[in-house]
Amino acid sequence: MPPWQGQLIKVDDYRWEIPQSYKPGMRVPGLIYATEAMLECMQQEQTPEQVANVAFLPGITRFSLAMPDIHWGYGFAIGGVAAMSVKDGVISPGGVGYDINCGVRLLRTNLSEDEIRPKIKQLIDALFRNVPSGLGSEGKIKVNRKELSELMVEGARWAVRHGFGSEEDLDVTEESGCMKGADPGKISDKAIKRGEPQAGTLGSGNHFLEVQVVRKIFEPKIASVMGINEIGQVLVLIHTGSRGFGHQVCTDHLRVMEQAVSKYGIKLPDRQLACAPIESNEGKDYLAAMACAANYAWNNRQCIAHWARESFSKVFGRSSEELGMKQIYDVAHNIAKIEEHMVDGREVKVCVHRKGATRAFPPAHRDIPQKYREIGQPVLIPGDMGRCSFIAVGTEKAMEDSFGSTCHGAGRMLSRGAARRSLRGGDVARELEGRGITVKTGDIPSLAEEASKAYKDVTEVIDVVHQAGISKKVVMATPIGVIKG
Amino acid sequence: MARKDFEIIDHTADAAVIAYGADLKELFCNAALALFSLVTDPESIRQELQRDVKIISEDKDSLLVEWLNELIYLFDAERILFSRFDIERLTNDSLKASCYGENVDPLRHRIRVGVKAATYHMLKIDKDSNGYKVQIIFDV
Repeated sequence: MPPWQGQLIKVDDYRWEIPQSYKPGMRVPGLIYATEAMLECMQQEQTPEQVANVAFLPGITRFSLAMPDIHWGYGFAIGGVAAMSVKDGVISPGGVGYDINCGVRLLRTNLSEDEIRPKIKQLIDALFRNVPSGLGSEGKIKVNRKELSELMVEGARWAVRHGFGSEEDLDVTEESGCMKGADPGKISDKAIKRGEPQAGTLGSGNHFLEVQVVRKIFEPKIASVMGINEIGQVLVLIHTGSRGFGHQVCTDHLRVMEQAVSKYGIKLPDRQLACAPIESNEGKDYLAAMACAANYAWNNRQCIAHWARESFSKVFGRSSEELGMKQIYDVAHNIAKIEEHMVDGREVKVCVHRKGATRAFPPAHRDIPQKYREIGQPVLIPGDMGRCSFIAVGTEKAMEDSFGSTCHGAGRMLSRGAARRSLRGGDVARELEGRGITVKTGDIPSLAEEASKAYKDVTEVIDVVHQAGISKKVVMATPIGVIKG
Repeated sequence: MARKDFEIIDHTADAAVIAYGADLKELFCNAALALFSLVTDPESIRQELQRDVKIISEDKDSLLVEWLNELIYLFDAERILFSRFDIERLTNDSLKASCYGENVDPLRHRIRVGVKAATYHMLKIDKDSNGYKVQIIFDV
C-alpha cells in the first residue's frame, strides 16, 4: 500500500493537524503529536487515516488526538485519545482496546545496582517461579464464580483484602485500583470462564516484569517525592492487563455495539469503530462491564506486585518493608473514563477514550493522590526490554491541550512476523545477556517479537511529549532483568 | 492449479491471514484452520474430542468473526486445539459445525501465539470467479 497521502498542517514542531476537510464526515480535525521525522513511519502504516476515522464519531470534542507512539490498531489506532461529550456522544469498545486496563505498575526499592548484580540470576529465577506467566498460564489464586464477581467489583482492593499488598498501594493506584460502576451482571459466562483460571497471571506477548536501575534523574525534587533519590537505585516495573477476561468483554460488547450502530443510525467509516451513545443502555452496559475488566486488571497487578515483593524478600533475606519496596504508582493505558474538561471555555463532562495512552493529570488535581498533589500524577512510560523506560508527571498543559493525556510507550515498528524473520529469539537473549540484561521466558523464539529493533525508540517518544509540554520527564531507567511470558 | 487454502500475512502489531474457499463452507473451514496454524502446528493436533458449535448472527461477515471467536474462546477457556471442522449448515445468518481436536499438551504442542480475538477490522468476504476470499486480523 502506498504511504498515506492526506494533508498534514504543521501547527508547531511537535504537532500536526489533519484538517476536518480531509474527509466529509469528520466532525473535528485530527491532531498528531510527532516530530517531522516520525511522520513517515505513521504515513507508511496509514495511521493518520485511523486518526481521521475516529473524528467521525458522534459527540467527539475538539480533535481526534494521536500520541507520538501511535501505531496501527483495530479501528482506533493505538496511541489515540478521543473525548466524547457525555450528553450527545458515544462510547466505543474499540477506543479502549481488547486488553482493557492494560497498564503498568512501578515499585521502588532501597537496593542499589551493586547490591543486586551478584544475585540477579537468582532473583530473576525466583520472580519467574513466583509470578505465573506465559500462554494459558494459570493463577496461583483460585477464584470461583462468586469470588470472581467480588473481584470484578473490588479490583485491587480484593487482593489487598486477601493479603496481597497494603492499603498504601491502593492510595497510589489510578482510581485507587477500583473503578466504580462495575456490574458483574453485565459479564458473560464466557468471560467468566476465561477469567477464572487467569486471575493473578502476567500473560504473554508484550507483557513483562522488569528489574530496572535508575540511570538519569532529570527532576531531583519531583523524583524524591516518589522515593527516587539516587542513580543506581533499583525499581520494579510490571506491565500486564485483564488477560482473556478483558478480551472476551470487548468481543461480547463489540457484538452488541454492532447492532447499536444501525439502531441509532450512526455512520462509521470502519466497522471496528462500533459504538453506542454513552447514555444508551448499550453504552451503560459496556461501561459497567469495562469497569469489571479494569478492576480485574488492577487486581492482577496488585497480586503480581505482592509476589515480586515476596521474591525479593526471599532472595535478599529481608522483609519487603526493609527493602523499601513501596509502590510509586499504577496507571491504566487502555481505558475510557468520564472526566470534566474545558471545551470552548466551558467545563464539560466527557468520556475520554485512552487507547495506548496514559492519564497525565497536573499538580493539585483532585483525582490524584494527596502525596502527589504538588508534583502532578506520575506517568509510567515503558520502553522495549533492550532500551529504557521513563517516569514523567502530568502537567497543566496536558489538561489544556490533550484532555490530561500523554503517550504510553514505545510503539511497535516491525510486525511480529517481520521481527521473527529477521531475528532469532536465542540471539536476542544472548545479545541482551551480553549487555548485562538477564532474560527469562517460557518461550525463547517469541523473544524476537519483543526485541528492541521491533520498537520505536521510547526516548524520541518521551522527548515529543516533554517538548510539547503534555508531560514532564523525571527519571530514566534501564532494565537489568526481565521476565516475559 | 489448486489454490492455497489460506496464507499467513504480515501485519504490524498483530496476526493476519487470508483464507480462500471454493464455497463459503470451505472458506469458513479454512479460516478456522488458519487460526489454529497461527497458534501451533496443525499437524500436531490429534482429533480426539468433538465440540459442536452453533452461531446465529446478522450477516456473513459477523458470522465468520463470531465463528472464529467461539473457537478462540474454546482454546482460551478450555484449552482445546482444533484441526478439523465439518460445517453441516451455513446460511446467511446461521452456522452449525462439528469441530475435532484435543486438549493442549505442552509436551507435544508448541503454542506460538495466544490469539485472543478475531476482529472486524477491514473484514470483507470477497467473491470472484475462483471462489471466496477473506482477510482476517486477529488480536494477539
